[in-house]
Amino acid sequence: MTGLSKQGLTRRALLSRAAALGALTVVGAGFIAAPDAAWAVEVTSISEQEMATLVQMARDIYPHDRIGDRFYAIAVKAYDAEDKKAMVSEGIAALNEAAKQAGFDSYVAAGWEADRVAILRSVQDTPFFQTVRGGLVTGLYNQKEIWPLFGYEGESFSQGGYINRGFDDIDWL
Amino acid sequence: MAQARKFELTDDSVVVIVGTGAGGGVLANELAQKGVKVVALEAGGRYLPEDYINDEWESFGQLAWTDPRTTSGDWRVAKDFAGLPAWIVKAVGGTSIHWAGASLRFQEHEWKARTTYGAVEGASLLDWPLDHAEMAPWYDKAEAKLGVSGVGGRPRLPGSNNYKVLEKGALALGYKEVHTGNMAINSVEYDDRISCQQTGFCFQGCKWGAKWSAAYTDIPRGEATGNLEVRDHAHVARILHDDKGKVTGVEYFDKDGQLQMQKARLVCVAGNSYESPRLLLNSASSMFPDGLGNASGQVGRNYMRHTTGSVYGVFEKPVRMWRGTTMAGIIRDEARHDPSRGFVGGYEFETLSLGIPFMAAFLDPGSWGREFTTALDSYENMAGMWIVGEDMPQADNRVTLSETKDAHGLPVANVNFSDHPNDIAMRNHAYAQGQAIYRAVGATRTLPTPPYPSTHNLGTNRMSEKPDDGVVNKWGRSHQVENLYISDGSQFTTGAAENPTLTIVALAIRQADHIANEMSAGNI
Repeated sequence: MTGLSKQGLTRRALLSRAAALGALTVVGAGFIAAPDAAWAVEVTSISEQEMATLVQMARDIYPHDRIGDRFYAIAVKAYDAEDKKAMVSEGIAALNEAAKQAGFDSYVAAGWEADRVAILRSVQDTPFFQTVRGGLVTGLYNQKEIWPLFGYEGESFSQGGYINRGFDDIDWL
Repeated sequence: MAQARKFELTDDSVVVIVGTGAGGGVLANELAQKGVKVVALEAGGRYLPEDYINDEWESFGQLAWTDPRTTSGDWRVAKDFAGLPAWIVKAVGGTSIHWAGASLRFQEHEWKARTTYGAVEGASLLDWPLDHAEMAPWYDKAEAKLGVSGVGGRPRLPGSNNYKVLEKGALALGYKEVHTGNMAINSVEYDDRISCQQTGFCFQGCKWGAKWSAAYTDIPRGEATGNLEVRDHAHVARILHDDKGKVTGVEYFDKDGQLQMQKARLVCVAGNSYESPRLLLNSASSMFPDGLGNASGQVGRNYMRHTTGSVYGVFEKPVRMWRGTTMAGIIRDEARHDPSRGFVGGYEFETLSLGIPFMAAFLDPGSWGREFTTALDSYENMAGMWIVGEDMPQADNRVTLSETKDAHGLPVANVNFSDHPNDIAMRNHAYAQGQAIYRAVGATRTLPTPPYPSTHNLGTNRMSEKPDDGVVNKWGRSHQVENLYISDGSQFTTGAAENPTLTIVALAIRQADHIANEMSAGNI
């Protein structure tokens, strides 16, 4: 769970300091957390708001309702870096500007996914969007922890393959 | 294994082979078995079954050729994977580590594409200077070497879940030639290799060694003769020649990046359809200003990659297509030549599956949102098939030298490709048929998926009867340089509908016979 931390703040402390930001919660002091404080991500270079925006963007780009925000947070955690800071800041500013044009206070302030997706479509040809989307292809889908949610079983050699484990067990044809 | 033989850099009696895949690796062993001394130079490292990884991206990082390449043309790969036109391997054994094992002979008419199909506007079709009868005994030898299932008394593989879905849909549509294929994957123990354990991950290298690969068959056997030295991490930069226009050796960068020179009696180039023409072009000299052996101007031209695409179907209940042999399933009925379908040549349907990481990367590159993710959400209920058909050779689909340089400062290959109208018509036909196959089994959704980075890379040093039409003759021997050979898929005159490896192997066995005879006769 690289990049995620449950240390430093108690669940109660997190909740008491929370300020809602989209689906996520900014808890100040360099942390953003799930609203139930089940996990938190620490940011050092970019702002909490920017990280929360990136997590929302990641979910709206590749929405899987059975995949928790923590996996999206892991997928975008690498943007919390000094050499990414300017790109993230400019990209999110442009995204929020597009949101304002569409009549929302900001991108994450748009409550419906369809509205946020429309905002994203308006910026989808920008290098910022393409960088984030491209990075998610491996950043999200190469996390072994989410594979079971798709039914995918991963490595099989160590278990002797599927010769005795259902390579031909289809029963509904 | 006995300590492999080492040859001196100054030994000008050796045959130098550039590349150790299905072409070069087999040629190296076949020559070594005949007592010919061989130095095989391989740009990649050496990996064996115990090293292979059941993880798509990790394996890709281990095996794939990721040195820079550039792309142009209207193919979608140039947009989505601009620096990765092909998914092929850089390792001892080459792409025979990665291939899925489908081992099909060309159909008789496919050796004579120009005669059979007639003139096709915009295509540079040509008949092979070979035919079905001439190749039959070499195919026999190749199938025996690879242990191909369904021929030579070897049983076919059992059908996986993914196959069973394909079969049921195919039969419902009235297709007749539907089975688990002719696979270079052992259905029973054969040639000291065990039978398939239905592990999946055929593309990542078979950890059981049940699939044939030169990496752990021909290469070590050739080394065991004492006649073959394989130098890995040896990147060939240039082929050298004397003032009579005969090849004298090669310059290569060794594992430490030092430039070495290996002398040679003859040189066989087997670096895949990108690297082989690139090497000839990078070997240009005052005597060969357009590239070595390129008097015809044909080096790099007529690049073919098969007309491909995939169809995935989503069903109400689980399929779990990733379980078992990846490509052991085929429908051959559309492989015939039947212009009434609106195109010349034919195509095969073969089972295919990707894991979640590669499915995310290749299902619809660049797309996002729920149209994309709901498909992945149904991954467990998905079946998959691959389309592989004959594409039209076109003179301007070609490999040239790029402005971009590699780590050694050598210009890399630029791969220019655009579909021919015949390719598009064929792909659309296959998409429609493929979707109908899955709908016949109750698919709730079908996904006609665009071609992946190329795995079947053909042409670019093609065989021709007349020197003006190609690069090599019927033996793979340069029309212009008498001791220069091409030994890989780049010598293909046309691509046929079949997966190319069996034909590459058959040509390599045949070429070894020819080279040994020519050497004995003192003609080289």
